[in-house]
Amino acid sequence: MPTACSLDARSLDVLRQRIRHLERPTAHHTRILPFDVEAIDRHLPERGLPLAALHEVSGGGADEGPAASAALFTAGILARLDHPVLWCSSGRDLFGPGLACAGLSPDRVLYAEATDDKTVLLVMEEALRHPGLAAVVGEVFRLPITASRRLVLAAEKSGVMAMALRRHHGRAEKTASPNAACTRWLISPLPSTPSPVGASGLGRARWTIDLTRCRGGTPKTWIMEACDAQGRLAVPAELGHGQAAYADQKRA
Amino acid sequence: MQTKNAPEADPRPMLTAARLGARRMVMAVDAQAQSLGLHPGMAVAQAQAMLPDLRIEQDDPAGDAAGLNRLAGWCLRHISPLAAASPPDGVFIDVTGCTHLFATGTEDGEAALLGLLVRRLAQAGIAARAAVADTPGAAHALARRGKTQITIAPPGTTRDVLRPLPVSALRLPDDTVQALRRLGFDTLGQMMAAPRAPLAKRFGAGVLRRLDQATGDAAEPIEPVLLPEMPRSRLGFLEPISTPDDLARATTMLCERLCEKLLARGLGASRLDLVFARVDGASQSIRIGTAAPTRQAAHLIRLLTQKLETIDPGFGIESMILSASLSGPLGARQILTDLCTDAAMPDLSGLVDILANRLGPAKIFRLAPVESDVPERALRRVPALGQAEGANWPDRLPRPPRLYTPPYRIDVMALLPDHAPAQFTWRRRPYRVRRADGPERIFGEWWKHEGERWAIRDYFQVEDERGQRFWLFRRGDGQDAETGDLQWFLHGMFG
Repeated sequence: MPTACSLDARSLDVLRQRIRHLERPTAHHTRILPFDVEAIDRHLPERGLPLAALHEVSGGGADEGPAASAALFTAGILARLDHPVLWCSSGRDLFGPGLACAGLSPDRVLYAEATDDKTVLLVMEEALRHPGLAAVVGEVFRLPITASRRLVLAAEKSGVMAMALRRHHGRAEKTASPNAACTRWLISPLPSTPSPVGASGLGRARWTIDLTRCRGGTPKTWIMEACDAQGRLAVPAELGHGQAAYADQKRA
Repeated sequence: MQTKNAPEADPRPMLTAARLGARRMVMAVDAQAQSLGLHPGMAVAQAQAMLPDLRIEQDDPAGDAAGLNRLAGWCLRHISPLAAASPPDGVFIDVTGCTHLFATGTEDGEAALLGLLVRRLAQAGIAARAAVADTPGAAHALARRGKTQITIAPPGTTRDVLRPLPVSALRLPDDTVQALRRLGFDTLGQMMAAPRAPLAKRFGAGVLRRLDQATGDAAEPIEPVLLPEMPRSRLGFLEPISTPDDLARATTMLCERLCEKLLARGLGASRLDLVFARVDGASQSIRIGTAAPTRQAAHLIRLLTQKLETIDPGFGIESMILSASLSGPLGARQILTDLCTDAAMPDLSGLVDILANRLGPAKIFRLAPVESDVPERALRRVPALGQAEGANWPDRLPRPPRLYTPPYRIDVMALLPDHAPAQFTWRRRPYRVRRADGPERIFGEWWKHEGERWAIRDYFQVEDERGQRFWLFRRGDGQDAETGDLQWFLHGMFG
């Protein structure tokens, strides 16, 4: 008789798969998008972001008003998908060339201008039913639990990724109010290390990435270098191999 | 609406004439003839005696009516699904619920709509007057007797604007107007104040009916013009319907029938008008548009049912007419099979139509790069379904994901001429700058605006102590006063 200790990683995966089947009996549940960063992918239960799901990204730390790093993080994820995406916002400050810097080319983005949160959520739900899209981003101040459940259902049915980009006004609403998102991310800017070229120049931006909620997984925090021109994150040199190498060097 | 034709460049004054018994009478004159003292109703011989060099055309009432119908058809296509000719010289348009489509930044919808109408008609050689009021009768009177070319009567003021108008503003026969004048009625205000019974006894119910139609006491539905070339389908009901389910079911039936007709004629609809005739004689309508001609019934049904909630069925709806007011040729298309391997862009027209009808057509778009160094000019909106251009912005230049329009003014401590700020204050909060990149110098585009001939902006990307990155610029190069006033601005956020 097998005991709990004798379960190896493979049979765990098989069990996980079966539970997932019971939870969401749809055809799209297996498609995932890895971050291509070993540290993050290893921690996520599906080894990446499930596509047919709702994900929430908000700005943290100093970036609470405009959610600019959160927008870049989102654009970086979308840049690594294939088909067109829809970006719906009620703000007037989204700047296309900035998103292109994270690898999201202008031909792939449909913009929809809404007047308020309610319209944004309506547009998101409508667009999520359309399987021709790869993802739908909605910039909202609030994401009530009922609205989030509707988005989840629409996303699971069509396989289109739903991203809710939260725009808080200060700390008026806690990020922690519950909703049905599969993963919730908090992106906060961090001081960067100096550029190798000049002593005072800017290097690659650096973020604290908080995974505050993850279905089937645990919260975790990483320090990462911001998206490059292809939308990929990277482990900072002195924290990754660089640090190990540095330590080795010192020992030697 | 006064219609005077000027088809070709003939400098002579023109009039149209018709034979009435033994006499040839002037039926209509153009502006030039009018200014020389000719007017409809005089004998042609008298007109020729006054001005020997006249161009006289045969009066053609049937042609005039057909032309007026064509004009009403144009209004039906371009302004509102409820438009009708009002012979001999007018067009009624029910603009309820469609004025906002014409609103511009400076004018509200009604003024913009009337301005557009008068301008477009003037381009076509038609001198027109236009008015908006609560009732067709009042609009009719104001368009003809109002003081200005364009008159707008705010809602609820119908009686007030009608009062000073002459009796002839009502649509009454000439002899009735003369008789009213003889009795001392000069203005509509006097008629409104007079006891009704004697008026009805003296002139019949017709006079009071016209007065009530103008003030809104009697309903006057607009019967939209029928264009034979426009594909349409109609559904009449034995019992009036009013529940949302019934309306949706009827819409579905109409749509399927219309799509069959479109298929038979090889057409696709790019605009549909659904007109509801209520039992009380009033008409209501909804209008939807599509980005590309289509005859997919399911898609059109969705677009229409989305707007059904705006319809007030009142006591019931007795008939519905669905017409394709704009359509284009649409041939048969091969369904994609697995044999075809090229990964084409998925068809998004269905989604774009739904969102365009919900948000407004200008609210769903893509961005395309424009070759300009000025950040806010480096992009333009293009239609959502246009051809992908494959162009991108130059990727070496840092651009923030958030751009503030207009930029925020900030107070800055910085060394001139080309040092990045050491500290700045934004919204009364100080930020200490730790690292910075720049300047990226952007020159004004003198070919767009004379004032930009020497203008310069120096952009800096700065990071504060907490790691937040800002995009700041300074007007001017810091040496030459002509290039800018050295004021600092915060233009965007990198995060």
